[in-house]
This record gives sequence, structure tokens and C-alpha cells, in this order.
Amino acid sequence: MTVEGSYLRYAHRRPGMDHERYPLENAFARSPVRWPNGARVAVWIMPVIEFFPLDMPLNLVPGGMTRPFPDYWNYTLRDYGNRVGVYRILRALDAAGFPATVAFNAVAAERDRFLVQQVLRRGWEVVGMGLDMAHLHSSAVPRDMESAWVESSLARLRTATGQPVRGWISPGLSESFVTPDLLAAAGVEYFCDWMNDELPYRFKTEAGELVAMPHSHELSDLKLIGDYGHTASQYAEQVIDSFDFLYREAAEEGGRILSLPLRPWLTGAPHRIAALERILKHIASRAGVWATTGSAILDAWREQARRA
Amino acid sequence: MTSFPREHLEADVQIIADPGLYAPWPYLDRPKIEWPGGARLAFWVAPNVEFYELNPPQGPIQPSTLWRPAPDLVNYSIRDYGNRVGFWRMLSLFDELGVRPSVSLSIAMCDHCPEIVEEMASRDWEFFSHGIYNSRYLYGLSEEQELGVIADAREAIRRASGQSMDGWLSPALTNTPRTLQLLARSGVRYTLDLFHDDQPTPLNLPDGRLISLPYSLEVNDWTGLHTSRGTPAEYAERIRDQFDRLYAEGSESGTVMCLPLHPFLIGVPHRVDHLAGVLEYILGHDGVWHATAREIAGWYVEHYLDSTVAAQRDFARDWS
Repeated sequence: MTVEGSYLRYAHRRPGMDHERYPLENAFARSPVRWPNGARVAVWIMPVIEFFPLDMPLNLVPGGMTRPFPDYWNYTLRDYGNRVGVYRILRALDAAGFPATVAFNAVAAERDRFLVQQVLRRGWEVVGMGLDMAHLHSSAVPRDMESAWVESSLARLRTATGQPVRGWISPGLSESFVTPDLLAAAGVEYFCDWMNDELPYRFKTEAGELVAMPHSHELSDLKLIGDYGHTASQYAEQVIDSFDFLYREAAEEGGRILSLPLRPWLTGAPHRIAALERILKHIASRAGVWATTGSAILDAWREQARRA
Repeated sequence: MTSFPREHLEADVQIIADPGLYAPWPYLDRPKIEWPGGARLAFWVAPNVEFYELNPPQGPIQPSTLWRPAPDLVNYSIRDYGNRVGFWRMLSLFDELGVRPSVSLSIAMCDHCPEIVEEMASRDWEFFSHGIYNSRYLYGLSEEQELGVIADAREAIRRASGQSMDGWLSPALTNTPRTLQLLARSGVRYTLDLFHDDQPTPLNLPDGRLISLPYSLEVNDWTGLHTSRGTPAEYAERIRDQFDRLYAEGSESGTVMCLPLHPFLIGVPHRVDHLAGVLEYILGHDGVWHATAREIAGWYVEHYLDSTVAAQRDFARDWS
């Protein structure tokens, strides 16, 4: 079979990106970012609270069901994270005095009012993450249906937490072509699905501007432990190397963000939690660290962007 | 009989067991290769500076970068990170260490990211073609279409840098059965698509002087960090071990070591320092010729190609 001539016509071969969402940028040619109190690195820790329904389609997302019904293996291991593992993470964060930004599937928040209350009483931030892990936003989902998922998941999470829910991360880091438009229309201010930058940037939608915020999937326990099979200490070394590099770079280039997503079903295991404690201890031992939430980073960045 | 997918092949293509790309040439008692200045190892660095499309068209074979139906954010956005963030970190490191890379360039980078291409051109980094986009494969192209892609790449590299396009690494390592012939006929001097040797090799082709130059999938960061799931420290160890052995063997006959990189993988904060460490280690050795791909291919063709072809003919006569 030969390829049609259209395969070799390149409709978007032009200066800049091959879409209209944001302009091409060199991350090192922008005005340096200054964090409050001259901090070098904003540390943004994001425990992710997922609900994986036992009846979800097999092999849909990392962590989802993969075995014939009833896949108790995967179902209960994920549930372990929300029953047990997450409390080890809470204790480790409390010991370090660091706040978290907790991403919730709306269904997970409704199912676990105790955990929501633990998050709220610490003054931490809640960000939206769709309905549950069976509702994967993608171009296979009709727009009306996806719009209903976005609106209902945000409404339900706002009710369950009483927070405005300004931030969003899509389940399984999957979007359709219109997800950002639907998020902006539903009052989301920032989202962290695009892993192309280490600092916030402006992202165009048909319902106004969103701010894209970094999400270190490459440094996550999901990638390094769940996907690559690295040990807990190898994971800790990489996170510490990342922090040290950003800390050093910040002295020349301006404020940096260490984004650290955490899956309680991975890092919350008894044999791994010490790795997180080691990471937090290392970070807490440095001056010029701003351990904070997504909204606080957004506000600090916006304030400077407005003045610039 | 095994059945092969044929949707990317023209109707008359025969699926064969041995393509006969090059002559047998055991890695024992080969005539000695010496690199300039008596160097024993030619070392070259190959950053893959690539552009992947958000919504690539469907060819006969789905791009392997599309893990999910478009938009595949995980794959698209991390590759965009390579051009927004990772590239610039790699550039500073190369400046600091005096690295002279040969760039595996997605040609459309000249259109999308001229600033990056200008930075590289102004430092006299060498360019070779890595196809138009890494999300457009050669599979299924007619001869005329494939020659069109080669000509497109040649013209874009000339316009961006004044350089001639002397080398080729197929986009996403996709080949048609006639790619090598067309490259040779188009005057390309080295291909990086074959992985059969640690020294340059002559190719069995009707026209031109195209040789195969060692690239690497073994010490490629894609393999070392991604498909082999190595930690940065393990990847650095793999590179050092590869170098140590090729360096030792190079005293018998000069070897080539290529270090292929991807800014989206190696340019993240938890990996950059490991790259710095191995580059310092390799460049700190005497007897290492840090060259570009064109320089290595040129030296080989000038000093060893004809004698190797003759020696391989003798070997075939004695042993086949």
C-alpha cells in the first residue's frame, strides 16, 4: 500500500506550536520568578486520592483493573492507599511541617468524609480530578458527556469540601481536545495535565485563560516505582537530586517549583514511607524553601505576571 | 509460515530472511583503524532534537508515541518539554564542557522552533536528518515520495545552516526496503539506522559511497532510562562501562562510541548531573577523538573504505 499524498502535506509546519493553546517559549528566556521571602524552590506536594471502581474497563489507566472480575488484587491494593497509606503520608508531612495539595476524584471525596476532614482541618488545598478513575477524559468521549463530567465532578467536590476548587488534574493525565475549554468554563483557574514546563504559563481556551501548572509525572512514584520498578531508595535519590538541581539553578535563573505527586498506594507502603521521610527531611534542612499549595503558587505567579 | 503485516509495504515487496546489507566481517584480526592523532576511540554525541505532532495523521502504521488516541498528552507534552526546558539545559552543559554535537534533527524544527535551530547552527553543531517529524513515518512511501522527503530535509538543513545533509537517521527508525539505496543515490554519506557493528562499515549498494556509522540503541537514553527502566545512576554506569570497553579495544583497532540523547529525557533536573559526570569522564581520557559524525565518516571513507571493501572481498573469497 502506498501512502496518500496528504500524508506528506504538513498543515501546521510553521513558526511556533502545531496548535493554538500557547506560544512557543524558551523557559530560560522569561523574566525570573520571585517567590515570597526570596525562596528558591516552591515545594508543591500532591497526594492523589483515586477511586478505581471494581467494574471499570480493564487496562484503562495505570493502577486500574487488569484481571477478570472480581479483580480484588488491584481493587484492594488501591483501596489500601486510601485507608492506610495516605495516613503515613499525612504523618510524614505533619512531621516536616509541609502542607499538601490533595487531588480528589469527586467520588473518592464523597466516599471518605473522614479523609476530607483531615485535609480541611490542616488548611490544605483540594484540587479536582474528575469523577473517578473509570471516567477517562479523552477524544472518545462526546463533548456533552465530558462537559457533564467536568461540571458534576467539580460541583460534587465543592459540596464535599466547601472549597472553591481552583485547580484540576485529569484522571490518568488524559484529556480530549476540548478538556481545557470545559475546565475554564466550569471556573477552574489552573490545571496540571501538560507536562511541558516547570513553571506556570498561560493557556488559551474558548472560555478565557487557564494557567498551566507543572506536574512532575517524570519524577512521580507512579512513574519511577510503579512503571520503572525502581526501589524506594532509588526513588528518594532521584527526588533529592531533582530538588538539589533546582535549588542550585534557582540561584541563577529565579524561583523554581518542585512538584511531587504521591500515590498513597505506592509511597504509603510500610517499606517505602521512609523514602518520603528522607526526602522531606532533606528539603526541610535547606533555607529558602517555600512549602506551599497550588493556589498560593498561582497567586504569587499571577501577581508578578500582572506587574510585568 | 509467519505472517507479517503488509499494510505499510508496496505490493511487490518480497519479505526476505537476510537483506544482505553489508559483508560478513568478524570482530577479530581486522586491519587496524587509527583515528586522527593516533586516537583509539572516536566519540560523538547525538542529541535528538525532535518535534512530535499533537494530532499526527494516520499512516499505515500508528505512531508508537501515541499511547492513547490524540491528544496523547503524556507523550506530547513531555516531548514539548524537551524543546521548552530540556534543550536549554543540555545546551548550557555542552557549552560548559566543550561538547561538539551532531544533531539528529526533526526537520520541521526549522519551521516550528527556529530559535533553537539558530542556537545550534551558530555553534557549528552538525545537522543530519531525522525525518520531517518524528510522528511521520517512512512506511508506505513510494520511491518518489521518499525522495521528496530526502530532498525536503536536504533543502531545510541547507537553508538553516548552510550545511550539506550528509547523514540520516530515519524518523522513529522507520525504513522502507529502499531507503538505503535512495540515500546513497542522493549523495548521503552516513546512515545511522543499522546497529551491527562498533566500527564504521561499507554497505552493499549499487550507487554512492554511503557507509554505516555506529549510532547506539544500547547507550541511548531512550533505552537506558526508558525501555530498560534504568535509574540515572544505572544509565551513567552503562555509559561508562560501554566507554571503558570500547576504549580498551580501540588500542587494537579504532572504535566508535556514540552517545544518543533526547532533551526531554536527559534534560530533567534529576538526570542532568549524571550526564555531566559521564561526559567529563569520557572527555578526560587521552586518545579520545571527540568528533562529529561527518568528521568520523569522512576520515573513515578517506582512509579505510576502499581497503576495507577489498579486505572484505578477500575474506568472503576465503570463507564463503
